[in-house]
Amino acid sequence: MIDLPALAVSLPLLGALAAVVLPSRGGLFGLVAGALTTGVGLALAARVWLEGAVRSELGGWGAPLGIVLRADGLSAAFLAMAALVALAITVYAGRYFGGSERRRHFWPLWLLLWAALNGLFLAADLFNLYVMLELLGLAAAALGALAGTQEALAANLRYLLVGLLGSMTYLLGVALIYTAYGVLDLGLVAELISPGPVAASAFALMTGGLLLKAALFPLHFWLPPAHANAPAPVSAALSALVVKAAFYLVLRLWLEVFAPVLGPAVVVPLGLLGAGAVLWGSWRALRAERLKLLAAYSTVAQIGYLFIFFPLLAAIPAGAGREELLAAAVLFALTHGFAKAGLFLAAGAVQGAAGHDRIAELGATAQALPAATLAMALAGVALIGLPPSGSFTAKWILLERALSLGQWWWIPVVVVGTLLAAAYIFRFLGRAFRPEAAPQRFVTEPRAELPALALGLIAVFVLGLAALPLWDLIGISEAAR
Amino acid sequence: MTTQLIYGGAGILLFVIGLGSVLTRPGLWRRLIAINVMGSGVFQILVAVAYRGTAVPPDPVPHALVLTGIVVAVSATALALAFGQRLEDEDD
Repeated sequence: MIDLPALAVSLPLLGALAAVVLPSRGGLFGLVAGALTTGVGLALAARVWLEGAVRSELGGWGAPLGIVLRADGLSAAFLAMAALVALAITVYAGRYFGGSERRRHFWPLWLLLWAALNGLFLAADLFNLYVMLELLGLAAAALGALAGTQEALAANLRYLLVGLLGSMTYLLGVALIYTAYGVLDLGLVAELISPGPVAASAFALMTGGLLLKAALFPLHFWLPPAHANAPAPVSAALSALVVKAAFYLVLRLWLEVFAPVLGPAVVVPLGLLGAGAVLWGSWRALRAERLKLLAAYSTVAQIGYLFIFFPLLAAIPAGAGREELLAAAVLFALTHGFAKAGLFLAAGAVQGAAGHDRIAELGATAQALPAATLAMALAGVALIGLPPSGSFTAKWILLERALSLGQWWWIPVVVVGTLLAAAYIFRFLGRAFRPEAAPQRFVTEPRAELPALALGLIAVFVLGLAALPLWDLIGISEAAR
Repeated sequence: MTTQLIYGGAGILLFVIGLGSVLTRPGLWRRLIAINVMGSGVFQILVAVAYRGTAVPPDPVPHALVLTGIVVAVSATALALAFGQRLEDEDD
């Protein structure tokens, strides 16, 4: 059998190397390596869905000494989302960077980022997770600075330093775990860990470091400038994928290692910060004057929803009920991944045509690009959580659980956040419906508008109407194997 | 045992000093050095953990972790310095 997990990490890495050696062919290597990596990612997700969790011991060396990659339902879901979103970004970037000098730097860094992302979703021990986290942070900061402007440089330098601070804190938690238990493999740590100060401090350190990278309010201060000033395909990758990786890791560590030994009270602060993020992020998105800044603040808000799921998950005993809510949380994260990438790519197309992204003056340009505007509208549907998008289903389950568990105080937060989201989406969408000359054609720039449109369609229709496999997938954990 | 505790405790102290400096002092240089001090603190803890008495050779796993960690820290520092250099160049 082909070693799919190893390929998911090594293919983009080889592509990155090839793009370093022959920078003039970077676009070609990017497209080939990207298409292959997407194929591997989807094939791996399909195999997990059909046959159960996949485990791969690199070089035949198993835990505790060797490096183990594993894919269970949770990894498979994120891996598949990353594969599709990254493919759309790759196609878009081919045109965006075209023949410019920046493409020499973009392709190696982008493929490196993809390799780190896949590695993070597949890593099975705490230290490899640290290495992948650092690789991801380095590649992301370097990519964000490709815009070359003073603001982009300053914002990404801050992003880099914040990321380093986060990973050092995470690493101290790892050191603590190794001191106490002498193992790093997630499964072995989960077996040995016992309630007490070591588990509590390791949880605090690791989660604290990761929250900084996930930009959970009030640690989100670095995100809006970094995401709003990056080149469009990079903004899409940062907002849709990189921030999601930190969330994935918090979720996995808590579910697999810490939830059984620490009480439900430890994740209540996460939910409260999430509620703060929903309100503050949505409000700032409503007040933003630039389209990309609006999209970046909307990411802050959407990350907040993801953390509101934690206290509810903690209140349900392990079993079918918790799995349903967990699948809803994952569905929300995936929908946001597709929608936000689509929004940033479409915003990039509009910005490219208009030469700026000031919302008040974008009306005419948006009307001249119907496909891009439709992509933004679809992304908006998913960000608000209107039916039939995936986030509608997810929010529905969230509200239902909050009611049945008696934690009604999350409901007003979700309702206010949704109303604010509708307000900020319609604020820029409304500009595209003013009396102007009818556009010449539906698609002007196929390689810029079609990837964005595809992502918007997936977020609204595929994840909204055909998300059932996700529920099967989340039930597949390594323990059940 | 005492030696191990002294080294490990000093590692935690380094981490806390670095963290305090990152959070309270402005400036790229100071922050970057402070983050490296935090990293050294973590590495020192890991080296102290590896010690298993004089009769037995030390645990190799933390040593491998520290080596990898140093490589990562050096690359990250280099990237941050390159950013800082670019910012200064454009200021002129």
